[in-house]
Amino acid sequence: MKIHTLTLAQLSKGLRAREFSSVDLVRGFLDRIDAHQPTLNAMITVMRDQALSAAEAADRELAAGRGGPLAGLPIVHKDLFCTEGVLTTCGSHMLDNFVSPYDATVVAKLKAAGAITLAKSNMDEFAMGSSNETSYFGPVRNPWNTDLVPGGSSGGSAAAVAARLVPAATATDTGGSIRQPAALCGVTGVKPTYGRVSRYGMIAFASSLDQGGVIAATAADAALILREMSGFDANDSTSVDMPVPDYMAGLDAPLAGMKIGLLKEFFDKGLDAENEKRIREALAIYERLGATLREVSLPNLPLSVPAYYVVAPAECSSNLARFDGVRFGHRAKDPRDLMDLYKRSRGEGFGAEVKRRIMTGTYVLSAGYYDAYYLKAQKVRQLISADFKRAFSEVDVLMGPTTPTPAFPIGAKTSDPITMYLNDIYTIGANLAGLPAMSIPCGFTAGLPVGLQIVGPHFSEGKLLNAAHVFQRETDWHTRVPERFS
Amino acid sequence: MYDFGLSFAFVVSSNPMLLTREQIENIAHLARLALQPAELPVYQQSLSAIFDFVGELDRADTANVAPMAHPLPGLSQRLRPDVVTETDRHEVYQRNAPQVAAGLYLVPKVIE
Repeated sequence: MKIHTLTLAQLSKGLRAREFSSVDLVRGFLDRIDAHQPTLNAMITVMRDQALSAAEAADRELAAGRGGPLAGLPIVHKDLFCTEGVLTTCGSHMLDNFVSPYDATVVAKLKAAGAITLAKSNMDEFAMGSSNETSYFGPVRNPWNTDLVPGGSSGGSAAAVAARLVPAATATDTGGSIRQPAALCGVTGVKPTYGRVSRYGMIAFASSLDQGGVIAATAADAALILREMSGFDANDSTSVDMPVPDYMAGLDAPLAGMKIGLLKEFFDKGLDAENEKRIREALAIYERLGATLREVSLPNLPLSVPAYYVVAPAECSSNLARFDGVRFGHRAKDPRDLMDLYKRSRGEGFGAEVKRRIMTGTYVLSAGYYDAYYLKAQKVRQLISADFKRAFSEVDVLMGPTTPTPAFPIGAKTSDPITMYLNDIYTIGANLAGLPAMSIPCGFTAGLPVGLQIVGPHFSEGKLLNAAHVFQRETDWHTRVPERFS
Repeated sequence: MYDFGLSFAFVVSSNPMLLTREQIENIAHLARLALQPAELPVYQQSLSAIFDFVGELDRADTANVAPMAHPLPGLSQRLRPDVVTETDRHEVYQRNAPQVAAGLYLVPKVIE
């Protein structure tokens, strides 16, 4: 049996019916990870021994009729989630020797639900990138065409799910880092509402924007994982104390009467014509399912990229100040004095893009520039947030493209940071406003997947997953696997 | 409702006002980053382009707008009672430290 073609729900059923054991599953997926690592470079650390012994324990639980909702199911964590006793690098030379002394809340929750961690996935360094090319461990390759990028920063998680090296993977999204790679790899990615998933143990990039989420093959699988990873956590001061709905329960609700807003600004210049066609075709399916479409305008949305490239670097420069070569991480050899220790440890430990963002943030927060840049950006953020609020008084969800183009060649955009930043033009708005958003596969252009983005009001994850799941009942784009991995 | 007439098709200036080499060195110093000489012109170019690009923000009228303080409206950071919740795990944490002696983190001498 081809276990890698099954969904989490099917795998769970098979485990409970003793068609296969957790050890079978874990070994099967680990073998796929190892076999495709030279091609895709999707992982930074593979946890074979730990995973196999956890699978043996899961099999004992299952045999006794026990085990949590994810008992025995394999998962991969993006390498910025701290995992106790395991290397946690954040894709950086700075942390290439860091063994986390504790589990992130997301890791602990999924472990408690019975999931088994197979590996830590590759990513852009400190989650700063849109192509996975800034990783200290080398770029991840897109399973649909290995000359192309998988997107980023959660490129390892997206590529791994697309190639069915694992059924689901955790990921994080600060400006599009779940949705953009999900779109470019043809998989389903969910960025929850800010505060819905605990950030404790997620190595921080921009604390007012970062949000953990999930990448899976289907919306139903994403719902299953999200239900287990969400919820209040006293260890995260921005965690929201609200009950987690059963995301599985509402998946099949009919879409008749759903009001879908089409973001006028998203269908403007800059959107690839073929991408637009696939999006319009998907929207026609929603219409057939009984939803109504209406154009809405968010006039301030085009300012989301410049606002983001002030706010995110500012928060990054502050968060990454902790990497000083003293308590953890890389330390330069033979420092002359403390200042030399700080400067050379950081200069050597961080890659080019991370340094660029730290310096951008340092500048916009420095004396004399704070009002002109940071304060201004936070005001524009308020305007963008108000635009969304107004839109959601008229429609239930917003839909549009996740990315302007399909996946691009490795190396094509590395020389010009702003061209790279513009990959996230459609995704950043949701981060600035703290909104939940997802990307689902909605077709192909020249053999490459196209992603449909769905954005909803705060805490509407259930509605988004419902819209995605009903679409996936009508289409089979989410079941497509690149030939060499099928 | 107002319209800036903006679109997502940004016009990126290829000749932004260049930050000086000294400005870059100063930013790097404030950020505690040692840069290689070859890195300076690269950052001079790209940081200048980035600040030019984020200058787009000036086009928004924010005269009566309060800066956003939290992504979720009406929420602020929670406080917890000021009590000890963590056990002493310094030995575990210090396993990641580059240099430790007698439970202390070592750095080059600071006071002569």
